[in-house]
Amino acid sequence: MENESGALSRVAGLFSARGYNIESLTVAPTEDPTLSRMTLVTIGSDEVVEQVTKQLNKLIEVVKVIDLNEGNHIERELMLVKVRAIGAERDEIMRLTEIFRGSIIDVTTKSYTIELTGTSCKLDAFLKAIEPSAVLETVRTGACGIGRGEWVLRV
Amino acid sequence: MNVELTGAEIAIRCLQEEGVQCIFGYPGGAVLFIYDELFKQDKVRHILVRHEQAAIHAADGYARSSKNVGVALVTSGPGVTNAVTGIATAYMDSIPLVIISGQVPTAAIGLDAFQEVDTVGITRPCVKHNFLVKDVSELAMTMKKAFYIASTGRPGPVLVDIPKDVSQQLTQFVYPDKVTMRSYNPVTKGHSRQIKKALELILSAKRPMIYAGGGVILSNAAEQLTELTRALNFPCTNTLMGLGGFPATDKQSLGMLGMHGTYEANMAMQYCDVLIAVGARFDDRVIGNPKHFFNENRKIIHIDIDPSSISKRVRVDVPIVGDVLDVLKELLKLLKAEKKKPDSAALKEWWKQIDQWRERDCLKFDRTSKIIKPQKVIETLYEITKGDAFITSDVGQHQMWAAQFYKFDKPRRWINSGGLGTMGFGMPAAMGVQLANPKAKVACITGEASIQMCIQELSTCKQYHLPLKIVNLNNRYMGMVRQWQEFFHGNRYAESYMNALPDFVKLAESYGHVGMKIEKPEDVEGALKEAFKLKDQLVFLDFITDQTENVFPMVPGGKGLSEMILV
Repeated sequence: MENESGALSRVAGLFSARGYNIESLTVAPTEDPTLSRMTLVTIGSDEVVEQVTKQLNKLIEVVKVIDLNEGNHIERELMLVKVRAIGAERDEIMRLTEIFRGSIIDVTTKSYTIELTGTSCKLDAFLKAIEPSAVLETVRTGACGIGRGEWVLRV
Repeated sequence: MNVELTGAEIAIRCLQEEGVQCIFGYPGGAVLFIYDELFKQDKVRHILVRHEQAAIHAADGYARSSKNVGVALVTSGPGVTNAVTGIATAYMDSIPLVIISGQVPTAAIGLDAFQEVDTVGITRPCVKHNFLVKDVSELAMTMKKAFYIASTGRPGPVLVDIPKDVSQQLTQFVYPDKVTMRSYNPVTKGHSRQIKKALELILSAKRPMIYAGGGVILSNAAEQLTELTRALNFPCTNTLMGLGGFPATDKQSLGMLGMHGTYEANMAMQYCDVLIAVGARFDDRVIGNPKHFFNENRKIIHIDIDPSSISKRVRVDVPIVGDVLDVLKELLKLLKAEKKKPDSAALKEWWKQIDQWRERDCLKFDRTSKIIKPQKVIETLYEITKGDAFITSDVGQHQMWAAQFYKFDKPRRWINSGGLGTMGFGMPAAMGVQLANPKAKVACITGEASIQMCIQELSTCKQYHLPLKIVNLNNRYMGMVRQWQEFFHGNRYAESYMNALPDFVKLAESYGHVGMKIEKPEDVEGALKEAFKLKDQLVFLDFITDQTENVFPMVPGGKGLSEMILV
């Protein structure tokens, strides 16, 4: 979509006005600074998704809409997790982070902050693997997606 | 070297470049510079309304009756919030408008300044698009885009918000010849393979039905729809927004369909085997309960310029995205070249069935009543104006009777708030219609509840000598509310009775107009004739009508089209 102030609120407003839900939404300018790319995750029947796509296309500032589920695609989400890390927990969490191919990016005597990238499911799985009371804080970006192989979204 | 102009001058120059002759508005602090420039020129005429809602309705009536883009000018804050009802009305009915609103100076935006509202935010869900112009150098292009977006594709209102300091800043003025937008390229031509598929289906139909909506009017395709319908000998029904798209007096017309549609139109809609939807959107007031609608099997062809209107409420078999005019022209061309003809034997049977439904005479009413029947007033209005007047309406029972009993043979003659259902629309819209068509007969069919929602515009009518005929069907009730309360709420008429009504005759007179009160059926015709003889005067006709009259047929909410309550 056009990288203009107000474009994001048109998209968000459309979803609330028509009763569609937004699971997650990420947006940032592209290599062409006049354009922003948004990845929006929503859940609905085929009919609802079809309407969502059509309604998004109707917004004047939206340049192109694709449903990534129509082809093979890759999804990634970034999560930062701050966990309590005291005593035996420290080794345990380090091992887990390695298994999930994350990295510890900030350390104190009582805590680790872990950076983890993957599908939303993988991030969920990591959180499940940690003792819940050890999780002090999480922040997630929401998924961004791209088509596999030669499948390119260009304007 | 070009001289530099202020933002205010540029705004007015843009209107002139677009050929705008008439705008509707109300001044205020944030638009003073723009009004100053209006004052200095005489190409664009300004009509001063008494409330911003009326400015938008008037611009809307102007647009609907003239094919032009309607233009309104309002100030910031309350100027805009008052305009919102009008903007939403135009949005729901896809009417091309450009609304210019003043805004507090850019430096004051966000500081809760006097008369500040987030105009772009407030109007976002009820405009096709809106702009906040933060730099005067963008103003001319923004205005160009506003007119382009408003009038192309599925039309709609576009708002341009201009902060006060932007209207003072200087820049060189160049009005762009054209505009290209990578993110907005509405289709016009329908897909040729889809059109071929549609024709095959049309020619295979045994019980066809054409269902034509407001899209036919908006794309100026009434002539093509009429030609196609006659060439095929198919029945045609029009939606509330589509009246006049096919001549109502034609024998192939089944009248209006939907909640208060005719028996024959609704039955044919339910039991047809091929349905051709043209510029219509299957809304809840038209097809009733969609599940019930699909109790019967039929193939559906759907022509619409807006892809999101297709398969929104009902699944269709042959979608054609395109301008109704282009698609109908293409269909006609293919039909002429086609050897196969419609199945005339099947059609004969189908028409026999339709004629049986027609015999039900669903619009009958008591013609011997000693109290004025509202239907009779409209029938008489139709006869006296020879069906050639522009009719606006407000919202409620009177609107439905107008739609049922005034037979519109031409497009753009019937002007009403179909989608949003805005009471108060009728009189200001009629002002716009009269200004766009100075010599035409313009009548506003209204009720004593609706008319009071914009009654102040009687003053505007006086100022600009607009000789409207206000046909007030006065039953002392919010009639449609009362009807629903009678049918569905055990006759508990909660707050639907209008006590303490004004003396409308004196009220009209106090504004300098002519008022008439009509209480007997035998006086209806004479009063209407006399009113239309007063060519230069607004006449307020206050018809005291039957309080208990209801609109029939009626498809109750949640019911199917063939489950009508009949008189």
